[in-house]
Amino acid sequence: MTQQQTQGTAPQVSDAASESTLRQAQGTDGSSPRTKGGVAASARRPLVLLIGGIALVVVLAILPLLAIDIPGVLPGPTYTPGTLQLLAYAMLIAALALSYRMMFGLAGLLSFGHALFFAAGAYGLGMALEYFAPAEWPSELIFLGAIVVTLVFGILLAATVGSLALRVTGISFAMVTLAFAQAGSVLIRRNPGGATGGEEGLSLDITNVPDALVGVLNTRNLYWLALGILVFVYLVVLWVERSRAGHVAEATRENELRVRVIGIRPYRVKFLIFVVASTLAAVAGMGYLLLQSGASPRVATADFTLTILVIVVLGGVGYRWGAVVGGIVYTLLDQRLTALAGSDFIAGLPAVLRVPLSEPLFILGTLFILVVLFLPGGIAGIPQRIRSGRKQHPAESAEVADA
Amino acid sequence: MSTVLLLVITGLGLGALYFLVASGLSLIYGLMGVLNFAHGAFLTIAAFIGWEVGRRVSDGTWWGLLVSALVGMIVGAVVAAATEYFLIRRLYERHIEQALITVGLALASVALFEGIWGTDPIYTAKPEWLTQTTEILGARIPNDRFLLIACAAVVLGAIVLFLQRTRYGLIIRAGVENRSMVTALGIDVRRSFTLVFAIGGAAAGLGGVLASVYYGYVSAHLGSLLLIFAFIVTVIGGLGSLTGAAIASVLVAVLQQFANFYLGGTGDLVVVIALAAVLLIRPRGLMGKVA
Repeated sequence: MTQQQTQGTAPQVSDAASESTLRQAQGTDGSSPRTKGGVAASARRPLVLLIGGIALVVVLAILPLLAIDIPGVLPGPTYTPGTLQLLAYAMLIAALALSYRMMFGLAGLLSFGHALFFAAGAYGLGMALEYFAPAEWPSELIFLGAIVVTLVFGILLAATVGSLALRVTGISFAMVTLAFAQAGSVLIRRNPGGATGGEEGLSLDITNVPDALVGVLNTRNLYWLALGILVFVYLVVLWVERSRAGHVAEATRENELRVRVIGIRPYRVKFLIFVVASTLAAVAGMGYLLLQSGASPRVATADFTLTILVIVVLGGVGYRWGAVVGGIVYTLLDQRLTALAGSDFIAGLPAVLRVPLSEPLFILGTLFILVVLFLPGGIAGIPQRIRSGRKQHPAESAEVADA
Repeated sequence: MSTVLLLVITGLGLGALYFLVASGLSLIYGLMGVLNFAHGAFLTIAAFIGWEVGRRVSDGTWWGLLVSALVGMIVGAVVAAATEYFLIRRLYERHIEQALITVGLALASVALFEGIWGTDPIYTAKPEWLTQTTEILGARIPNDRFLLIACAAVVLGAIVLFLQRTRYGLIIRAGVENRSMVTALGIDVRRSFTLVFAIGGAAAGLGGVLASVYYGYVSAHLGSLLLIFAFIVTVIGGLGSLTGAAIASVLVAVLQQFANFYLGGTGDLVVVIALAAVLLIRPRGLMGKVA
């Protein structure tokens, strides 16, 4: 939005506004889940973080070449396709959670329709690969073309939904997004013209997909693709968050009235955040289609959005890497708990313990409730909590609470 | 003509179900600002326990159904009040976290119900009369619709009477209107929070038992199925307005039936479009107070 605002002072004002609100948020209580890791840290800290981040990505990237076995956490050594598939799925969910966090955590937009855009990416690419195939084009070009078509579709869908939904705020906004997502979900299940596969789901038409991304033996490549998507989403989110638009969005979340008084219209910034986050979700959705060689109607449901919300809160709303940690922890837990549910150990327990423990979602739901009650900063907030000592729940500011 | 009548009465029956869920949601949101995602769970647990007790007492008779309904209402009220007391109250005034807690509760409870009662729907027996139809002006209308409509009307009447004629009702109405003013007058609004949850839970519990009559089965997903439509009804009617919820339930359900019949089963889509349209034209809903 600031690009259009070329009258000298306005952008500076916006920065000052957001910074003051930021400082306000940090000043009142150190353990607020919205504080970004200490501002007062030495100038060397970003460099350490940068090197650490790069090192982490490199380690993750060479994981398929190693044979690390973590019993209980991973189903097998890291070079096996099953483990790689699981890790890749976890990273895509993390990417989706990151995009959701940008909307919910940064801009304070509580959307119940994020699954719609993930599904738009997955189903969009699936259908584009099936129907958008000019015979004379080479298959690589068709593949790229399908990706571009899906991206454009995702952006248009996000712009349409966003421009309508952002006309209202708070709970109404959540409901409009829920309504659109529900409409999308119904449409996918209804299977118009046999295009979406209905309840069965859509299976990937591999005619035009590069060979390197097809088959169990190439799970490695899909893993790298998922890692690439995660890094890409992270960088875009980082860029948006550091930009002026990101600061305005943050300030709007804290106090929309003040932002308006200063003379900035929050609508365009919110719209921008909504479209970018939704498009990133569509990108993650495309990765999901390629990884799973298909899409199931489950990814379009409101329950799926709620899962993403749970992941973001579990990881810590106030931290970018919280969403990543949440996504990976949640996916691994879900998978391992499902494996545990079928194990002999559980089968041998009395019914009172066996029934709850054999339902992964029950354990995850309970865990989530405990995190909301006792760990407001989420998993990523634990170090901060330890550093600042045990504190009571940070009081939520009225504007945010009412949003 | 007979088709229209059939659709209208069936719509009213479905609307009665929506209303039983939406009335609690609307009151809870109006008073406390909590969007209660766990409301469907209250309904489901009440339906299950009501069915378990009812079939042991007397399966498939009016007496059994009455016992189910009473047990369902009590279970719904107790579970809802316990939720408010043990979970929601701890996060007083932090609405997002409160909504998140109910989300977690909804996810966990559906999984738990699946674990206990299985994932498949369990078909229930009902009194003979409810399986028959009555002919009105040439339309053959299933009798259970009349039961649903009657129950919802009684609940609506009872809640309205309670709100209008009792001291607690007065406090709740005042709290919906302006909570801080009620608190400033020295009244502990929080006590009525538990009460509102219990009332909403009881209505949802009755709705659960009736839903098992309407659909002919109980399943772990009964609640989540109705909850989305109840949300839509609540928002269209205006958050916090009981009358709005009643009118919107009927409108939404009848609209859904007509669209399903005349527009090739597009009822769900039409309802969603109606919600979007209402929110964009009149963001506070039909009867909602000015934000």
